[in-house]
Amino acid sequence: MKQTMIMLDGMPVPFTEGQTIMDAAMAADVFIPHLCHHPEFKPQGSCKLCTVKANGRYVSSCTMFAKDGMEVENNTPDLNDKRRTLLQMLFVEGNHFCPSCEKSGNCMLQALAYELEMLTPHFDQFYPDRPLDASHPDVLLDFNRCILCELCVRASRDVDGKNVFALAGRGITKHLIVNAKSGRLADTDFSRLDRAAHVCPVGVILEKRQGFAVPIGKRLYDEKPIGQQMERLAERTTKVEDSDG
Amino acid sequence: MSFELETATADASTLRRVAIDPVSRVEGHGKVTLLLDENDIVQQVRLHIVEFRGFEKFIQGRPYWEVPVMVQRLCGICPVSHHLAASKALDHVVGAPRLTPAADKLRRLMHYGQILQSHALHFFHLSSPDLLFGFESEVGKRNIVGVAAAYPEVAKQGVLLRKFGQEVIRLTAGKRIHGTGAVPGGVNRSLTRAERDGLLADVDQTIAWSRDAVHLVRRLHNADPGLYDEFGSFRSNILSIVGAKGELDFYDGTLRVRDADGQIIVDGVDVQNYQQLIREEVKPWSYMKFPFLTALGPETGWYKVGPLARVQNCDFIPSPLAEAERRVFVDYGKGGLIHAPLAYHWARMIEMLHAAETIKDFLNDDDISGTDLMVSGPHRREGVGVIEAPRGTLLHHYQVNDDDLVAMCNLIVSTTHNNQPMNEAVRRVAKRYLSGRKLTEGLLNHIEVAIRAFDPCLSCATHALGKMPLHVTLLDAEGREIDRRCTSGDGGY
Repeated sequence: MKQTMIMLDGMPVPFTEGQTIMDAAMAADVFIPHLCHHPEFKPQGSCKLCTVKANGRYVSSCTMFAKDGMEVENNTPDLNDKRRTLLQMLFVEGNHFCPSCEKSGNCMLQALAYELEMLTPHFDQFYPDRPLDASHPDVLLDFNRCILCELCVRASRDVDGKNVFALAGRGITKHLIVNAKSGRLADTDFSRLDRAAHVCPVGVILEKRQGFAVPIGKRLYDEKPIGQQMERLAERTTKVEDSDG
Repeated sequence: MSFELETATADASTLRRVAIDPVSRVEGHGKVTLLLDENDIVQQVRLHIVEFRGFEKFIQGRPYWEVPVMVQRLCGICPVSHHLAASKALDHVVGAPRLTPAADKLRRLMHYGQILQSHALHFFHLSSPDLLFGFESEVGKRNIVGVAAAYPEVAKQGVLLRKFGQEVIRLTAGKRIHGTGAVPGGVNRSLTRAERDGLLADVDQTIAWSRDAVHLVRRLHNADPGLYDEFGSFRSNILSIVGAKGELDFYDGTLRVRDADGQIIVDGVDVQNYQQLIREEVKPWSYMKFPFLTALGPETGWYKVGPLARVQNCDFIPSPLAEAERRVFVDYGKGGLIHAPLAYHWARMIEMLHAAETIKDFLNDDDISGTDLMVSGPHRREGVGVIEAPRGTLLHHYQVNDDDLVAMCNLIVSTTHNNQPMNEAVRRVAKRYLSGRKLTEGLLNHIEVAIRAFDPCLSCATHALGKMPLHVTLLDAEGREIDRRCTSGDGGY
């Protein structure tokens, strides 16, 4: 049977029935910038970073199924300009202070900003007021950095079976909440061993008292930029181990 | 209370105002205002700090483990000092007042690298143009580029000394500026053999150049003792930490105070009890607070900190070349304390030599390649950390709540301690050199020379928020004042 292919930036990339453009690209070690996509969870196409042009139309590559002969543009100045603008909007919408953020060096948002050569936030900062939730004994929630990717929502609902997180509000007021009457993480059955505790691409869900334990030079994106870490991005099903044994 | 020349007795509206704004070749932004009467007699002199940073306030509500990395952003010149002072305070919070030998030595190594690079920067880049060319020399050449043209070897040594210190910081903290090496309870990295060998290759040259720098300043003093001994000089108490044996120690120790005659009046104070020793006064014309010794009060309880205080407050320096230079320095004082601001430079270079010697000792110590880097114990809610930053004694005090968030932060930074001394020095200089004369750039530079001697970091010094008096004036499009508001010391309007 003939191998089905998409043409990704002029390069033939094979795929199998039911694979998205993102799936095919990842399998072929081709990087498509993304934030809300994670191979372990059902794609939802909300961050729009993975937007590509398929047969001349802008589509989310994580939700668009690959079709034989489809012409896909990915790494083009036009698309990267738009992605950079999306990143800039994400940066100004929250409070992202990389210099003192413990996720710095391990943060996908920061790594993509480097990858896509974002030099300034460009837009006026929103400076939203988003209080921390430090009520849980083991995990801190710093909502300042939330980009509404819903990975924690999906992980808690689909893997942990706990439904600890949800998005509330609409439009610009949309925000991440904790499913408890008090709204506090301490009043849920959340555990630092949950899958949801380990999927945040930015610095919202943090294990307490870890901080800057990993030195500069040993962090995730110190050695190689995110665009050269395809193997890791495709195999992100990380084991969650209890460090206390 | 008010000191001589702090507030004019005559109606200020009848006096002519001269401003030095900004003060150049210092860290941060400050200005000096002079009020002169019709005969050009100086009636009022004030050093103002015109920026404020607000760290004490916005650190509240942040997780404690973020603090050492966040607060160091107070400064780009000696961030390591804040990084380490915060880490030391939070060591108490995580139940680790005593670190492993490896962690203790790696932090010390980082700090001594910091002292070396900051002192080199201050002396060679910021102050040497005044000292080598003269206070009233051609302003266009009175800078490091001018030094590089006239004294290329001196400039080269200054640049390379600083580079060496920055390399020590990079290898211990991860970056030359704003690294992450120290964490509450220890450090997150150690040095490899190759990294140690790389630094060891340059360390003897660094020591030799540091010693040359001491001798350069000494020659300047000896060439013009009238100027160097008298310029802006005033008597005051001195304060610093000293090590357990009374030795010079930049990283840890207890608080010691000597009076202006050199007699020890306070000794062995645990920094956890600093609030019993020191209080701070707020004045309506400055964003920078005025600390003083509680027992003596604001009038006589103010004190100098920094190299001039440290080198004379300690009983000895625990490295041979620097100790020999300290003895020469002390002998120069003929049994009394040296109070001359320009002697800060001499003391600063002795400290730089000590830092270079100490770095060599650490580089030859296998503990800095150790792997036992962290300790922890029962957590506490509160911790105070002290360190001798390049500019003087630096105190960080934190309280942490049940949720691991910072509930209270108090920082008393080196330049704040020196607030009254710097004001005193510029008033002496203004009275001696400017009063009754037509002002020129060169004369005004005398004021800046006095400030520079203290190596102030004005950005660090204005960290408070909510306590300083703040004037806000609303002007219309034509520049007419239409409204004015002023905060009081308690933050209200």
